[in-house]
Amino acid sequence: MSEGLSVPIGPMRYEADERGYFGETWGGRFMPEALVAALDELTEAWHDAMADEAFVADFEQVLRDYAGTPSRLYHAERLSETVGARVLLKREDLNHTGAHKIRNVLGQALLTRRMGKTRVIAETGAGQHGVASATAAAWFDLDCTVYMGAVDTRRQALNVARMQLLGATVVPVESGSATLKDAINEALRDWVASVDHTAYLFGTAAGPHPFPSMVRDFCRGIGDEARAQCLEQYGVLPDAVAACVGGGSNAIGLFTAFLEDEGVEIHGFEPGGDGVHTGRHAATIHAGEPGVLHGARTYVLQDEDGQTVESHSISAGLDYPGVGPQHSLLSAAGRATYTPVTDAQAMEAMALLSRTEGIIPAIESAHAVAGAVELARRLGEEKGPDATIIVNLSGRGDKDMGTAIEWFGLGDAERGPEADLEQIEERVEMEAPQ
Amino acid sequence: MTSTTSTSTAFEKARAEDRAALIGYLPAGYPSVEGSIEAFATMVEAGCDAIEIGLPYSDPVMDGPTIQAAAQAALDGGVRTADVLRVVEAVAAMGVPTLVMTYWNPIERYGVERWATDLAAAGGAGLITPDITPDHGSEWIAAADAHDLDKVFLVAPSSTDERIAMTAAASRGFVYAAAVMGVTGARDATSDLAGPLVGRVRACGDVPVAVGIGVSNGDQAADVAAYADGVIVGSAFVRCLLDHAGDRAAGLAALRELTTDLAEGVRRARA
Repeated sequence: MSEGLSVPIGPMRYEADERGYFGETWGGRFMPEALVAALDELTEAWHDAMADEAFVADFEQVLRDYAGTPSRLYHAERLSETVGARVLLKREDLNHTGAHKIRNVLGQALLTRRMGKTRVIAETGAGQHGVASATAAAWFDLDCTVYMGAVDTRRQALNVARMQLLGATVVPVESGSATLKDAINEALRDWVASVDHTAYLFGTAAGPHPFPSMVRDFCRGIGDEARAQCLEQYGVLPDAVAACVGGGSNAIGLFTAFLEDEGVEIHGFEPGGDGVHTGRHAATIHAGEPGVLHGARTYVLQDEDGQTVESHSISAGLDYPGVGPQHSLLSAAGRATYTPVTDAQAMEAMALLSRTEGIIPAIESAHAVAGAVELARRLGEEKGPDATIIVNLSGRGDKDMGTAIEWFGLGDAERGPEADLEQIEERVEMEAPQ
Repeated sequence: MTSTTSTSTAFEKARAEDRAALIGYLPAGYPSVEGSIEAFATMVEAGCDAIEIGLPYSDPVMDGPTIQAAAQAALDGGVRTADVLRVVEAVAAMGVPTLVMTYWNPIERYGVERWATDLAAAGGAGLITPDITPDHGSEWIAAADAHDLDKVFLVAPSSTDERIAMTAAASRGFVYAAAVMGVTGARDATSDLAGPLVGRVRACGDVPVAVGIGVSNGDQAADVAAYADGVIVGSAFVRCLLDHAGDRAAGLAALRELTTDLAEGVRRARA
């Protein structure tokens, strides 16, 4: 950090400096020396690529022709009526592979090819980033190994099968808590030994510099598109934008376009698990403390000795005890608000969106929907029914049907679902403004 | 206040005997706090010139399965940062240079200045920091300088000459040269990357260079001792204890035997 450097104002205010520090505190690169050369190489390749019109054109083309972007900005009319404000869904669930994650892996895979590396590794929690990585590896003809916590391989067997069908090797990780954070540890251990020919496709906007900035840049199309679509379709900027935050790639991808629009509220919804008061949650910004995890200084769920605490969320994709460092800055600077949403609230929102809009969201995205419903009610009261909120529907819910079956008691046609699902619909009807 | 034996003492003694220093690692708290103190005592008696005490951490990205297993067992057994300082105090009292090897977050959580104060008070000689490089370690560097603690940073075969120069200049005590591109753990053959790496560090100044990762027996120690100022052994020591879990005497006997073999190795290299 340079001595006497004043806090930048304007577009650079929330940007990392050249060493990867956001706001001089968050982020950085707390990494073994063995990986520094590779991280430097990656940083340089990324900067060169982003300044190269041919690379940017390639990226835009593959996003359009292969991934199916720009994703639609869809006015959820029934949901809007229910909550009394205009709710617009950014339909990232309609992208190829069913989530926003494809944007990041296509960017990183293009970069891998540009650097002349032949193998990629990735970590995955729910399996969405693993599937996206395996997809990109197949498309770019790269060897692919995906590290996945053994607990997660069991609860997301369908995604393991998808990755295998796509040609990737899935390695179950038994160490530590055998979940996402341990999958990241194991991928880093692989990378230390394979760095000369292997690229690490990091799955979220966290980790050491340049990943938080680079992953954000590959995902920021979400917000750039949504902002332009909102202006074009409604002639206004939204009053608020909302996204779920685990590591935070879909959220930072949406938020970035709106950081300088001071009239736009920015809301991140964190996995509240059983409730923050129970200790079984993954609400890192809300309940964590500043620390260093996986190469960055950020909010971390940790004990008094700085040992990482196991997180809990019904959503494997949000079940991470750290968070991208730019989110830590946005929270500390007061530019964005991060609020926990419990498992129960998220599952209710999953049912709500399914029944009002015919869209089954990923449980990750259902956290954003749940938070946005409350937000929309407030904004509707304050500003009337034209109050506009953009919600990032970051992924589709097919992968989560196993969890939904258990939670709601689905799948038995003779018995029918448990009563609480019916009550959700009744409550929606009751609460709708007359 | 325990009196501190500085790291340079070990290298000076070894140099006077025209050999390399033997540096032994175990995590604190495995199999228990008292058990680890006993294990260190055995290693010191049998010929370790300096000791590295590992601070067990939940996310050790530079460690292979052997050290992970022992560190996890120590954490499961309830070891705390304060316990690590107790082990430091006990080992330092044996009159041997005593360093702590730790990932960064536990130190940041403890408080960098408070850690430096307490480590120095316990007789610790310094800190080895596998996930902090000098260019991101200004807070530790300041605290270490204020308390006259050694700062051991790592270099790797992938390090550029520019970074090696920067790291050598920032290190005090010794520079830790990672012999291979990979995590800790025993290897069958010694690395052919380590020799050139040591040479590149030597070209940058007088700070001693010790080689770690993959050394597990006297022959390998002799190979490394032929060109390095120090030989660091970790996983092989941990293996002795893991292989005899539940049999304290057998674990200590295995530690003694291995230490003796390694100590002979560092002595016959230049004979």
